[in-house]
Amino acid sequence: MNRIRQFWKRNSSNGLTWSVLALVGLAVFNLIFRPNFFSLEIKNGHLYGSMIDILWNGAPLMVLALGMTLVIATGGVDLSVGPVIAITAAVALSLIGTQTGVTNTPLPVVYMVALGIAALCGLWNGFLITRIGIQPIVATLILFVAGRGVAQMITNGKIVRIFYDPYFFLGGGYLLFIPFSLFIVAGVYLLGWLFTRRTTFGLFLESIGTNPSSSRFSGINEKNVKLLAYTISGLCAGIAGILISSNLKSADGNNAGLWYELDAILSVALGGTALAGGRFSLAGSFLGALIIQSLTTTIYSIGIPPQVVMVVKAVVVFLVSLLQSENFRKLLTAKLAFRKGAAQ
Amino acid sequence: MMPGYPFKFDRKYLPVIVTILMFVFAFVAASIKYTGFGTFQVFYNMLIDNSFIIISAVGVTFVIISGNIDLSMGAMIAFVSMVAAALTEKVHLSPFLTIPLVVALATLMGSGMGAIITYFKVPAFIATLAGMFLARGLCFVISIEAININDPFFRDVALFQIPMPGNTFISINVIIMLVMVLLGIYLAHYTRFGRAVYAIGGSEQSALLMGLPVNRTKVLVYAFNGFCSGVAGVVYSFYLLSGYGLNANGFELDIISSVVIGGTLLSGGFGYVIGTVFGVLIQGIIQNIITFDGTLNSWWTRIVVGLLTLLFIVMQRVLTFKSKSRVTKSAT
Repeated sequence: MNRIRQFWKRNSSNGLTWSVLALVGLAVFNLIFRPNFFSLEIKNGHLYGSMIDILWNGAPLMVLALGMTLVIATGGVDLSVGPVIAITAAVALSLIGTQTGVTNTPLPVVYMVALGIAALCGLWNGFLITRIGIQPIVATLILFVAGRGVAQMITNGKIVRIFYDPYFFLGGGYLLFIPFSLFIVAGVYLLGWLFTRRTTFGLFLESIGTNPSSSRFSGINEKNVKLLAYTISGLCAGIAGILISSNLKSADGNNAGLWYELDAILSVALGGTALAGGRFSLAGSFLGALIIQSLTTTIYSIGIPPQVVMVVKAVVVFLVSLLQSENFRKLLTAKLAFRKGAAQ
Repeated sequence: MMPGYPFKFDRKYLPVIVTILMFVFAFVAASIKYTGFGTFQVFYNMLIDNSFIIISAVGVTFVIISGNIDLSMGAMIAFVSMVAAALTEKVHLSPFLTIPLVVALATLMGSGMGAIITYFKVPAFIATLAGMFLARGLCFVISIEAININDPFFRDVALFQIPMPGNTFISINVIIMLVMVLLGIYLAHYTRFGRAVYAIGGSEQSALLMGLPVNRTKVLVYAFNGFCSGVAGVVYSFYLLSGYGLNANGFELDIISSVVIGGTLLSGGFGYVIGTVFGVLIQGIIQNIITFDGTLNSWWTRIVVGLLTLLFIVMQRVLTFKSKSRVTKSAT
């Protein structure tokens, strides 16, 4: 008992502990209400099961969460990821064209152009923030407002549908029984981890998020580090856009990636990264995205109207941000201490 | 201030004047280009179609002047009109009870978010983002389908036309909007609360040292903003005569960009309610031009609004940068 208490004391302030607990809670809940939740089976060389579904559907969000983590670590936020998803999808699918089985542009070129434009969107955000000095919320709001218009302009206001099978592989294909998109997620996280933890970039991000002026005075090129963070966030949104469009086989300027920015921010918050910037955890954000996707899937599968998911998410955001708030924790501990005192 | 020049141009009015001039210029240019544009009714229609946006934008102007942000207005408007529709149609409550009730509810939710932001130091965009999710989700908890409002009082108010000279008309919504704008101007410039809001936006630290009730004012700002969303929601239900969870989607961004185009400084401490009104009207005129033109597609509205917002922000940066360098020069 004592050991458990000690372990709790050491880890209860760690965001990751809470995330893992939440995930375990969700799993137990699912186990009770849907006994076949953990079953996995192989059909036609594909692995099937609820857990695979969650990972598969959550892939775009997991990629987004990585980019958002870096941006939030600098003390900023990127509200434009949803529209960037829409733009990327629109660009990629317009390049492929609507003929069955034929593409107008070779696929590598499609990926490079689409991701290049997504990175350019991120660069544009970073430019507004670092060179013109606009606050992140507002700078990314501009692309948020204009981005869906741009996406519709690219597709001429129509929903583009494509019929070119090789494009569907990234978001819907399988490799070694496992959905291919999971390999992409793994690759993105591996690169992200190498880049932030095996170079000084991660340290710079945390330093800027903790104290921008002292980082500047210690010789960190604050502007370029931030610029890079926003560019990576744009790039991640681009990857998510390709995954989503290859899964849906269509690009809809109005609805592609709708509400994704909120889910991405929520994943980062759940993962224990402070929303005010500073220390971040990529593993935490991954877990956060997993929790959100599990929550969504669980709510769908037990027959609650899908729109109610929003209420649940809102409550979760309030709880998480309150738990992160020092004043709230103080209030809570003061109350508990008072009760203990009263009991004695 | 040099004496003897009563009409000396004060540069602090520059952004607002630019906005108003831009509106006048756009209106005149559109009137010349498109037949039938340059009439009073077109102008009145702009007021009628944007009354709820203006009302909500008045509240958000206060939030932004105080140096904060709100992302929940659109959802709040949808939520209020949904609750109003449900109360009158499903519960058969009298509209004279429903309306005060929903406005009070919105004010309460606004104060709640304000309290969380102020006392628990939760970043404003997170708290209001959660508020947005909550309000939208609650709409669907009430009903997944749209609820039409058939209440006679709502219908009478919605269809009533106030005649104006020259065979034109405005709606009751426009009157409510004008009252709210006047209330906003009064609060901003003739009350202690208004001065405290400007002071907090200018520098929260200084406001605190001056002994202003910083925390109370910040919560009050969100309460007033909630009140405005509540009134805007009621006006919106007069306008649409229905409640639906997906209504008013994306309004929060239209409203914030209106406030910015209206010349309010996003870093706080500076801005005018009247500028916001013209900020909304400029967006209204862009929409009208696109409708009148017929060859332009609707997505141009979003792109132009985005570009205009950017233009105004850059202009603000340049202006504040200049005034700052002037201060440092005079200091040395």
